[in-house]
Amino acid sequence: MNTKIKDGILLALVYLAAIITIASLFGILGYILWNGLGALSFNFFIDLAPSIVTTMIVIGVSILFAVPVGIFAAIYLNEYSKNRKIVELINFAIDSLAGIPSILYGLFGLVFFVITLNFNWSILSGSLTLAIMILPVIIRVTQESLKMVPISFREGSFALGASKVMTLGKIVIPSASRGIITAVILSIGRIVGETAAVFLTVGTVNKMPSGVFSSGRTLSVHLYLLVKEAIGPDAFNEAFGTATLLIIIILVIVLFTQLIFRGRK
Amino acid sequence: MDGKTKIKAENLNLYYDGNKQALKDINLDLKEKEVTALIGPSGCGKSTFLKTINRMNDLIPNCKIEGKVIFDEKDIYGDNIDIINLRKKIGMVFQKPNPFKMSIYDNIAYGPRIHGIKKKSTLDEIVEVSLRNSYIWDEVKDRLKTNALSLSGGQQQRLCIARALAVDPEVVLMDEPTSALDPISTLKIEDLISKLKKDYTIIIVTHNMQQGARISDKTAFFLNGEVIEYDLTENIFMNPQNPKTEEYITGRFG
Repeated sequence: MNTKIKDGILLALVYLAAIITIASLFGILGYILWNGLGALSFNFFIDLAPSIVTTMIVIGVSILFAVPVGIFAAIYLNEYSKNRKIVELINFAIDSLAGIPSILYGLFGLVFFVITLNFNWSILSGSLTLAIMILPVIIRVTQESLKMVPISFREGSFALGASKVMTLGKIVIPSASRGIITAVILSIGRIVGETAAVFLTVGTVNKMPSGVFSSGRTLSVHLYLLVKEAIGPDAFNEAFGTATLLIIIILVIVLFTQLIFRGRK
Repeated sequence: MDGKTKIKAENLNLYYDGNKQALKDINLDLKEKEVTALIGPSGCGKSTFLKTINRMNDLIPNCKIEGKVIFDEKDIYGDNIDIINLRKKIGMVFQKPNPFKMSIYDNIAYGPRIHGIKKKSTLDEIVEVSLRNSYIWDEVKDRLKTNALSLSGGQQQRLCIARALAVDPEVVLMDEPTSALDPISTLKIEDLISKLKKDYTIIIVTHNMQQGARISDKTAFFLNGEVIEYDLTENIFMNPQNPKTEEYITGRFG
């Protein structure tokens, strides 16, 4: 009897947790879409076009810098490094990087990229800052997925006379590709959502960028300015519209990435 | 013992982590185109010895090897040894079937491709011949493009044998190749081994003494990292010279 009650309580807690998770997700999504869908119109897109383009370029350039470095770093840590102390030190550094508040990355980017390297407030400064910020996610997730590749795959490849590079390139990394794609999706989410670091490095100018040296205003920063500083007569509705657009962009990117992955499989 | 020597271990010692000795002064003379069975209780060093022959022990950190392993008159632990070429000539089949997560065709073509064969017609031929020689062609010829992981365990293991044969080895090492398989698949593999010995030198580690007796020409009995006895299989099983061998094969330990 006692065990049954315990089981019942545990089950109730598990269900409660699941319901809270789902309810908050759909609650937030529903609330934003409910208030935001009405704001979407052709003119709205035209007005926001500079921010949409800026956001897309920032995503692209950050991923371009961070993904190769992150994947190679993970491969080094997992497959090459023999010195356990160094690996532990690097892992400690990565975990610490992951825990730093984004405003500090923004501050660093402002001092280093914007001022010292004289990139000014630009998409390049912002993307480099964001690339450093998302590096821990990419390294960690890639490391985990490399660890999941069975040793027997590597042994099979080595036993056929394959070199280490071939084994990595043809067996290990393709087997880990699902995890690596997940790392990229998570990173895109962080980039789209990031405001503080972008605010300090890309700037706030609302204009169509002409290249990576242009400054600009991403959608999240635009959203922040709408809500915090009410930069228009109808700012709050516009904010919901922008939020809706952000959600749509993330959904499209996630679906698109998964589609590419399925196509390769 | 007649026949041409294919592999010869001379005073071979192997240590893990600096001091744990896994192989003690092994001297073995393995003949060409024979099946040699390595038997002995768990942890006796038979798998470790097998892995010294194609240098798979290189993958284990802190593994120290003394002595020589002569393959075709060259010490494979000497200077100027091309490990890639060594492993091409000495293939290996593992305890658990380990096909790659790719199609049946690509699994077989993987080895030839890494050794530089690109021509489609050549690859097609290698794939077919290897699968035929492993007696799995008829079962898979209509679905070469399907993922190898969809095959049964026994089929996967024969696929792995075909994969090893595809790079045209001279020696095939087998590390308990049937221990993860059902009895019928086991019989098929044993059958296959006896057909392969016409063209290949086969060294097989087995836990199953009946299997050793059925398929091998010679048997080496390992105990605590040493070779206790090495002789014709019938002598080992019918008339062992060492009391420890007799105790093991009559099932008093192990």
